[in-house]
Amino acid sequence: MMGKKRVIGGVVALVIVLSGFGYLMYGGIGENLVYFVTPAELLERGDDAYERPVRLGGQVVPGTVRWNADELDLRFTLQDEDVHVEVISRKAPPAMFREGQGVIVEGSLNRDGVFESSNLMVKHSNEYRAPDDHEVMPAEKYRDLIRQTN
Amino acid sequence: MTRIIGSSAVIAALAIASYGMIAAVVGVKRREAALVRSARAAAYTCFGLMTVANLAMIYGLVTHDFSIDYVAQVGSRATPVFFTVISLWSALEGSILFWGWVLALYAALAMWITKSSLGSLGAYANAVLLFVSAFFYILLVGPANPFGLVSPVPLDGPGPNPLLQNHILMAVHPPLLYLGYVGMTVPFAFGLGALLSGRLDDTWLRVTRTWTVAAWSFLTLAIVAGMWWSYEVLGWGGYWAWDPVENASFLPWLTATAFMHSAMVQERRGLLRVWNMSLIIATFLLTILGTFLTRSGVISSVHAFGEGPIGTYFLAFMAVTLVFSMVMLLGRSTELRSEGHLDSMASRETVFLGNNLLFTAFTFTVLLGTLFPILAEAARGVKVSVGAPFFNMMTIPLCVALIFLVGVGPMLPWRVANMEELRRKLRIPGGAAVLTLAVALTLGMRDFWGLLAFTAGAFALLGNVQEFVLGTMARRRAGGGSIPRALWGLMNSNPRRYGGYTAHIGLVLMAIGITASSAFRMEREATVRLGEMVELGGYTVRFEELWAEDQPHRFVVGSRFAVLINGRERGEMNPRLNYYRARGSEPITTPSVRTRAHNDLYLTLLAFESDGSSATVTVIVEPLVVWIWIGSLIIAMGAFFSIWPRRRRPSPVRRTRNELQEAGVA
Repeated sequence: MMGKKRVIGGVVALVIVLSGFGYLMYGGIGENLVYFVTPAELLERGDDAYERPVRLGGQVVPGTVRWNADELDLRFTLQDEDVHVEVISRKAPPAMFREGQGVIVEGSLNRDGVFESSNLMVKHSNEYRAPDDHEVMPAEKYRDLIRQTN
Repeated sequence: MTRIIGSSAVIAALAIASYGMIAAVVGVKRREAALVRSARAAAYTCFGLMTVANLAMIYGLVTHDFSIDYVAQVGSRATPVFFTVISLWSALEGSILFWGWVLALYAALAMWITKSSLGSLGAYANAVLLFVSAFFYILLVGPANPFGLVSPVPLDGPGPNPLLQNHILMAVHPPLLYLGYVGMTVPFAFGLGALLSGRLDDTWLRVTRTWTVAAWSFLTLAIVAGMWWSYEVLGWGGYWAWDPVENASFLPWLTATAFMHSAMVQERRGLLRVWNMSLIIATFLLTILGTFLTRSGVISSVHAFGEGPIGTYFLAFMAVTLVFSMVMLLGRSTELRSEGHLDSMASRETVFLGNNLLFTAFTFTVLLGTLFPILAEAARGVKVSVGAPFFNMMTIPLCVALIFLVGVGPMLPWRVANMEELRRKLRIPGGAAVLTLAVALTLGMRDFWGLLAFTAGAFALLGNVQEFVLGTMARRRAGGGSIPRALWGLMNSNPRRYGGYTAHIGLVLMAIGITASSAFRMEREATVRLGEMVELGGYTVRFEELWAEDQPHRFVVGSRFAVLINGRERGEMNPRLNYYRARGSEPITTPSVRTRAHNDLYLTLLAFESDGSSATVTVIVEPLVVWIWIGSLIIAMGAFFSIWPRRRRPSPVRRTRNELQEAGVA
């Protein structure tokens, strides 16, 4: 049978282990928080904006997207209201990436004021949205592929 | 018409569940058996009514009755019939309807099996089951009503979320998840029934053991099916991202796993009685929390939560359940004092305590990481996310320690270990661990936790396999017979133990697969013209052709790649992009995976030239991924083996303390 002393010893050990774990957890979460910001909020941070991991959300400015498939080099400008941030990504754009769309890029702002993205996510909702009259249906875009296949 | 039948069935179920709940409690208080019986009949009736409601919805979906709110929301004439049927659980209202049916099924089965044999304990458990059912029926009548009327009736609908109709696993993952999630209501109900009735012995644990293990197995399979789906559909070559939705399914799994182990300590040694009660209450609340997180929209934004009323219902239900359970538990805490005590640090119960400590830490870590962004937004108005590095940093050491315990546990007997025997049993697994470490170091592996994970994995694998080998050998020495027969006899002599060890082996295989596939993953992205090749990890893929196909409900752009190994052609792969018409223009990536025992070759089509001349692809090579899926099947096989109904009497070793007490032994 375990004596009272051993029980107390066990409880003390447990408290030490748990508080150590709690401390680790507190520190760990603080270091790994990634803030969501808009271009305006990012630039407001001044010097603190550089080289800190954030998620930057904004709209892809139409006409700014340059995609070099051979070099896997994607550049575009993100905006919210009137603040613009230039973004560079070394990955192919996701299939749903288009101009004028809301996107989130994960990465950090480098010293040249260019946002280097390591991960690009397209904002989309699960909700149904009636197709816009002005929107070109993707099927139309790729009709020529079908013609070649058939 | 379909709409009226469905909604009437739900309303009737709500009325009958409310009646049954009251009848059960009043019946016990006044000792009126007829009332208690009528409460059981209420559970059966609810099952019948929910079956009608679910069939009505399926009928509505299949016949494209767009006057029904839910059908108008997820139905579409172009969707294939199979995906139309499973769109029953593709959105909120249908999911809750299906949940209601699964819960009614569990409640009816639990009452059918136990009947009146448990007296007041069973009656109270029924009341709890009907209370939880009533909550879901209220959701179905109020904020999540799937049978609302749409006017004017639309001619067609958008179809289910394309992500959900893009893969067959979506037919499997949600039902398994509900079977797992909802199944945890049964042990919770009987636990609470024990608190309410004052029958605080181990009856509730023994009665619900099968239910807990079954629900846990479904939940395990559901989580892995979700991982597999994510791997096969999302196109990034991963299966787990510490996404809040994933964490929501994982949290109750953690506490349920802890519960299954600590329940054994209570049955064998009479310890941890308050703890077990707390664990099952926590498990149940975490299933509700998980549904709340995934269904209220609170994850994407605290503000989304305010838009729909359903979040408030969930919060209120959780608060009521938590407070009521805690009050009941505190009220009975003196009666729930441990009957036994810990004899030695070197015993199986100590390992189980360690297991529980680790699982509790694990649960808190995942819970904090999942809820932190919500709390931060609510309190300070900032949008943050907790990165995967936090979860990895915190949980990888816990996983390694748990795998080590998986190996040690079976070596230690209950009460006190015989040191001589322990040393003997440590020899082979310990040797295997050292050997694995040496081989991994020689091969150039330097990742600290990766090395530890493989070492602990080898130790745990051999530790559990050894139990089968030693047992089979002893059986052959005693009675002869072939090896398979002796093995089968051994496993059936103590299904709970050997089913558990089988599950351990599956878990270790999973852990090895996860470690290897994350530590040695290779990835390359490239744009290729027709005939050009990409090389990675011993594979060469050559871009052969780009094609397109017009299907009724979608438009498919596909590619064909030849796979070459050592210059010889070994097959082809067809990563695709699917455009679901009714859902706007977002394409869904459909990667192509070539699975082998030693590694997977994974191709995702990212972009293409519309003249078919070039394509951008991601090529990924990940070792041992298939062992994650195989491991999970072995876990489920082991778990189901341990609870499979058997006619023969339990051997004396398997008798629980209660039975011994009843027989006047202890």
